[in-house]
Amino acid sequence: MTALRAIPAGLGLPTPLLAPADAFSAASAPAAKTFTLSPLNRRRLRNFRANRRGWWSFWIFLFLFLVTLGSELIASDRPIVVYYKGEWLFPIAVNYPESKFGGFAAITRFRDPANRDEINAHGWMLFPPIRYSYDTKDEYLPAPSPPSWTMTPEQRCEGYEQKTADSDCNWGNYHWLGTDDRGFDVVASLLYGFRISVLFGLTLTVVSSVVGVAVGAISGFFGGWTDLLIQRFIDIWTAIPALYLLLIISSVLAPSFLTLLGILLLFSWVALVGLVRAEFLRGRNLEYVAAARALGVSTPTIMWRHLLPNAMVSTLTFLPFILGGSITTLTSLDYLGFGLPPGSPSLGVLLSQGTDNLQAPWLALTGFVTISVMLSLLIFIGEAARDAFDPRKTFA
Amino acid sequence: MSALLAVRDLRIAFAGDDGRVTEAVRGISFDIEAGKTLALVGESGSGKSVTALSILRLLPPSARVNGRIDFGGTDLAAASDRKLREVRGNDISMIFQEPMTSLNPLHTVERQVGEVLTVHRGLGRTATRKRTLELLRDVGIPDPEARLSAFPHQLSGGQRQRVMIAMALANEPRLLIADEPTTALDVTVQAQILELLKSLQARLGMAMLFITHDLGIVRKMADETCVMTRGEIVERGPTGQIFASPQHHYTRHLLAAEPKGTPPTHRPEATLLLEGSDVKVWFPVRRGVLRRTVGYIKAVDGVDVAVRAGETLGVVGESGSGKTTLGRALLRLISSEGRIAFLGSDIRQKSWNAMRPLRKDMQIVFQDPFGSLSPRMPIGDIVGEGLKIHFPRLTAAEREQRVAQALTEVGLDPGNRLRYPHEFSGGQRQRIAIARAMILEPRFVVLDEPTSALDMSVQAQVVDLLRDLQRRHGLAYLFISHDLKVVRALANDILVMKDGKVVEAGPAADIFAAPKTDYTRALMAAAFDIAAVPGGDGRE
Repeated sequence: MTALRAIPAGLGLPTPLLAPADAFSAASAPAAKTFTLSPLNRRRLRNFRANRRGWWSFWIFLFLFLVTLGSELIASDRPIVVYYKGEWLFPIAVNYPESKFGGFAAITRFRDPANRDEINAHGWMLFPPIRYSYDTKDEYLPAPSPPSWTMTPEQRCEGYEQKTADSDCNWGNYHWLGTDDRGFDVVASLLYGFRISVLFGLTLTVVSSVVGVAVGAISGFFGGWTDLLIQRFIDIWTAIPALYLLLIISSVLAPSFLTLLGILLLFSWVALVGLVRAEFLRGRNLEYVAAARALGVSTPTIMWRHLLPNAMVSTLTFLPFILGGSITTLTSLDYLGFGLPPGSPSLGVLLSQGTDNLQAPWLALTGFVTISVMLSLLIFIGEAARDAFDPRKTFA
Repeated sequence: MSALLAVRDLRIAFAGDDGRVTEAVRGISFDIEAGKTLALVGESGSGKSVTALSILRLLPPSARVNGRIDFGGTDLAAASDRKLREVRGNDISMIFQEPMTSLNPLHTVERQVGEVLTVHRGLGRTATRKRTLELLRDVGIPDPEARLSAFPHQLSGGQRQRVMIAMALANEPRLLIADEPTTALDVTVQAQILELLKSLQARLGMAMLFITHDLGIVRKMADETCVMTRGEIVERGPTGQIFASPQHHYTRHLLAAEPKGTPPTHRPEATLLLEGSDVKVWFPVRRGVLRRTVGYIKAVDGVDVAVRAGETLGVVGESGSGKTTLGRALLRLISSEGRIAFLGSDIRQKSWNAMRPLRKDMQIVFQDPFGSLSPRMPIGDIVGEGLKIHFPRLTAAEREQRVAQALTEVGLDPGNRLRYPHEFSGGQRQRIAIARAMILEPRFVVLDEPTSALDMSVQAQVVDLLRDLQRRHGLAYLFISHDLKVVRALANDILVMKDGKVVEAGPAADIFAAPKTDYTRALMAAAFDIAAVPGGDGRE
């Protein structure tokens, strides 16, 4: 029977459960629990924490992000601190010309044995645990070289003058994940590449969300001709094959962090418009919006205070996908060689190294694992954030 | 004689996401004899709908059902799915509250009704069509041949419910479960549907389990009544006996819940607060590529109104008669034609910005307490929003104090002001909506069906609250309702509307004593006696 199948799941059931038991004494308060400290955010935090997977993902991601923010302290070809002839120097933050240490080059190469011996003779220097930056070429080993721990000490120290006895064949010059075919350390590329991917993704997400939400809000709230024009424009805009156009534009414009951001923004802002527009279209006819209008609330305030929060949940649900999508787009452009300027650290370059050097599986594996872990973490966090902002979520 | 349906010690519990178990029904038992009607009465949340759904095992998987549901020798609670499918729609069928959502919007009437016949009887095309026509005629659908190919949206609410009934009766069930079948309908249509159900029951000799919160319907329909509250049956017995001498205090409470009291006395010297003459709201109908206006839907068509300080003007009529549109036009929430004067000055030409200072004095309370409160704002912010606009000088502490005061005035604990609307019951939400309007100390309030979505006893409380506020602050109300019982308790004057026009207007006492038009008489018969007056309903 159609009627029986047509019942919405749980027809009328939540109501008796949610309605406080005071149906016949409406004035009595629901179980009075008093909060003293911003109960609203407490509840959101509790909902966020209730999603264990998202909660842990959040901490793991935050940890990774903070660690990579300090990449220079972990992997760099410059020492953190140098004590030279009674003077404290911080090469990690300041560029010292080589003349400082008796040389003639504009930039000091601290890994150079001559400079090292000079400094060690008149003081000392402290290197980060990994003595390579993302663009430091290891001249002592054939590239690509497998992770150092898979090699015997003899193989590892092959390139150094005194072989295994050489003081440079130490932990600091270890390649934990090997090197790529340019002789660059993979761990260093990974750290710097992760950092730039996340920073780029976050920036792009924030900017395109702001644009997308604003356009969607205007389109949905005012409706009529405004809506029609915006929607048709978006129809045409999205019909353009974005990746090819991105390739063309980025081959014409000189790539940099900001131009790339602008180019990707051209297409990524559309993602949220439909979603936000739908929420505003639905919301503008709701009774509480009519109530706000009857109170004399101004249009921007209605949009901001009454309608935007409704749109926020669906926006937040979508954010991890946009963030993931931004990172993926950047990675694919990098992979194709149209991304960030040559020599930038990048996960896309790491992947293309992997496909070019199938005999060196550590390259492809590292890139694959990093990207999939990063995108998974982001999506788990997004799910937890969505739960947190949903006030209808029963709170335990 | 053994009972057709015997329910023994039925317990239903729901497991929440967090592992907590909520008991919705706590050990109820009842019997229904063949050909008789049993009513389950209770307010929302009492477990009556859950009970009805459990009989056909239509509850979601999170429900745990214990107990015996004995139907003609089979325990439905333990029966196999196959056995249940034979029973559903065949021996026991069900009609639901909301006729719009219980019909598939993409199927024609013929297909909806025919499906039941094909599934259970295996009838062929011609036979199905013949039986469908017969059923539609039985449930009183005019011109059934033409209606066969109609889709649900082309039918009125009453007609949709009739189609639902036709589907339910298609296989001549032995038991019909009716879950609030008329709650979503107009009073006049409600009376017709109830009469239809009664006559069909008499003809087919089926038993009926009637679920409702409306005691007036129970008195008219049921042989026996069970009163439910909080998942338990607190009183049962023959309907007449329960009404004559209720034993349990909850039953007495329900019976006493009719809206009572008298409207404020009419004082001719009171200031004329709001006046509208020849108010018109016409929505253009546009066709074609050039969107030329080919006609108008006349939602409000030349209505005169006058509301005096401290008094209430009741606007009554069926749904679609233009009551709500009139209310919103008077507040200038939608554009209209004709003079609208507030305290003597014409407000019709004022711009949206120029209206803003006046909004403080003109407020509105909406029908649906679930829809009229923003689900994402704590109630304190909802109530205090108007203060920010109209009293921007108040400090946060002063505002907080005013909010607390307003909440106390409508009978809510100000300690709850940080909670969200979904944490409150329907009656409490309506109180919040009232507090939002009252905090600005308005002089004129449009009440748009403020009690229609509420339980009976809560309705009475809200009516008392509104009257109390009116007396204390000398408010003028425009009270829009289809429920004449509530209107009688509140209104001095009445405006009866039909199809955008006023069919009758005058002092409430006169109209209730001697209605002049058939339409008003039909409304009153439906409201007070739940009786259908032939020809009184213009829409069906």
